[in-house]
Amino acid sequence: MSADGIERIAAAFAASGKRSALMPYMMGGYPDLERSLAVGEACIAGGADMLELGVPFSDPLADGPTIHAAATAALAAGTSVSDVLDLAAALTGRIAVIMMAYANTVLTPGIEPFLDRLADVGVSGLIVPDLPFEESDELERAAERRGIALVALVAPTTTDVRLHEIGARTRGFLYVVSVTGTTGERSGGPVSLRPLLERAKAATNVPVALGFGISTADQAAAAADAGADGVIVGSRLVRAAGEDSDGAAAVGRLVAEFATALAAPVA
Amino acid sequence: MSAVEARKSVPHRYGPYGGQYVPETLMPALAELESAWLDAWSDAAFRSELALLARDYVGRPTPLYEASRLSERVGHAVYLKREDLNHTGSHKLNNALGQALLARRMGKQRVIAETGAGQHGVASATACALLAIECVVYMGEEDMRRQQPNVQRMELLGARVEAVSAGARTLKEAVSAAIRDWVEHVDSTHYIIGSAVGPAPYPAIVRELQRTIGDESRAQLLGRVGRLPSRVIACVGGGSNSIGMFAGFVEDAEVELIGVEAAGEGLASGRHGAPLTAGGRAGVLHGSLSAVLQDDDGQILEAHSISAGLDYPGSGPEHAHLRDSGRARYVAVTDKDALVAFRELTRLEGIIPALESAHAVAWLLANSVGELDVVCLSGRGDKDLAEVIALSASR
Repeated sequence: MSADGIERIAAAFAASGKRSALMPYMMGGYPDLERSLAVGEACIAGGADMLELGVPFSDPLADGPTIHAAATAALAAGTSVSDVLDLAAALTGRIAVIMMAYANTVLTPGIEPFLDRLADVGVSGLIVPDLPFEESDELERAAERRGIALVALVAPTTTDVRLHEIGARTRGFLYVVSVTGTTGERSGGPVSLRPLLERAKAATNVPVALGFGISTADQAAAAADAGADGVIVGSRLVRAAGEDSDGAAAVGRLVAEFATALAAPVA
Repeated sequence: MSAVEARKSVPHRYGPYGGQYVPETLMPALAELESAWLDAWSDAAFRSELALLARDYVGRPTPLYEASRLSERVGHAVYLKREDLNHTGSHKLNNALGQALLARRMGKQRVIAETGAGQHGVASATACALLAIECVVYMGEEDMRRQQPNVQRMELLGARVEAVSAGARTLKEAVSAAIRDWVEHVDSTHYIIGSAVGPAPYPAIVRELQRTIGDESRAQLLGRVGRLPSRVIACVGGGSNSIGMFAGFVEDAEVELIGVEAAGEGLASGRHGAPLTAGGRAGVLHGSLSAVLQDDDGQILEAHSISAGLDYPGSGPEHAHLRDSGRARYVAVTDKDALVAFRELTRLEGIIPALESAHAVAWLLANSVGELDVVCLSGRGDKDLAEVIALSASR
């Protein structure tokens, strides 16, 4: 656990054995703290290569209805940031955990204390969806000192100039938002996945992972076909965690389906 | 309109406050907006089109009215800046019209807006009707209930009102919903933010479009009595009428600037909308760093105010900086005192103020030690009648 987070993420991509590494997203504290631990364990058992752990926030601007509602429910159930860090601590021994937290969650306790807490529990990376590089200098330096990967996002609207700046600054991987929009399930797929990924790959030396709107095994397979080094699945799993009587089991089954869809062809 | 010098760049920070805390998807749109704004604001044709509409359509300049019975009541001269006399009944059209013209110039066929009291929604719907642009207004369900006449006005004007059911179903959630819509439709859509909040360049754009309030007031008072006011008083929710008013006087060091927030059920109750007055750590809400109501984990707290337009846990970043620098002072007035002032101004002057503006009047009534005050009467109170009457009946 004391391994450098950036190296651990690189190793997880390298060791996935799949066409694309599978990175399920889960909301910390949803439906409640105990059951969200079970969800995390189910992701690991189902074949996840890394785990994205969301910190519930009151005003999540990058999230669509499913994850917004899960954050609201997690907060209503009393989930604190400390609770989510405890949850991370219970998982980081088994899988590389990348935490997803909104800017105010990071800035309010202070960047240094917040990152110290992430390092203490063995978190490997951090994604802050409302912190463009214009605002991220201090956080980048503080994360770098601790070996925590500050993972940056690019969107279909990102210009080439911005893409190269972001591609050079991101650590761990480059998070490619597949649609112009918020998180959430969408039917079909973005029309121009391959050009989007090719642009992203040309702009960075780290792996490129695709997220937002990937909710079926077919969509995940299409992302792998289009060259994604990693695939992030969020809303579909969060929905399963909340709606089934045994949400963790449902999440585990779905993660296994995604893992199968991303498996390397048998030689 | 006064001759405001075109700025070469738009401020992104006010002291430590402001910034652009938004998803990457929106960053190119913010850059496009900033560049289009700078281009438009330095274009004489754009300025003169806006000035003509401000005169003939909005009804500017609005009067600076010497409120003699109110003056008598407080013991010194009080002038009311009559933003309530603008077309649509509040200062909101100053900004909405300017931004709608900007949207048209940028080639955007669709406009979205958030609204609390409904005044900004009505102003946006009005400007979009005038310019034949599609308009969608996000409004919390609780605000739709307490500001029903404005919902009907927006629909009559051809806007679609989208009910927001998240959280406390008020202004904060309406802004969040509008930002999410913008993330989805950023290519076709301009977001007309209604207050001096949001990511850069919005606070600067809203300030420039609202500074006509302060510039006019200053010129009118100097023309009338040949002196500056001792105090300028305006209510602060996000802070657009107040920042516009303050902009006219901020260079005049002898003029005291007073921003009046909503104390709701009292600052000690925790149920209020007064982040600037209450102090505490700065936080990020709706794309900028400013004074905000939040807990130790950085979760944004729900605000409370009888007035839907002040029922907001954040504040414009320039206000936070004016507070820290000591240039402006921020105070808060309870629901109860605002209601008393609402009635008092109505009886004294025959002017029914918006509940938001009644907060500024209430602070004046309780602090009558000035010499010559200008109060921004940011809007008229017709929209609040049902709510005020219902509250009176229940007491």
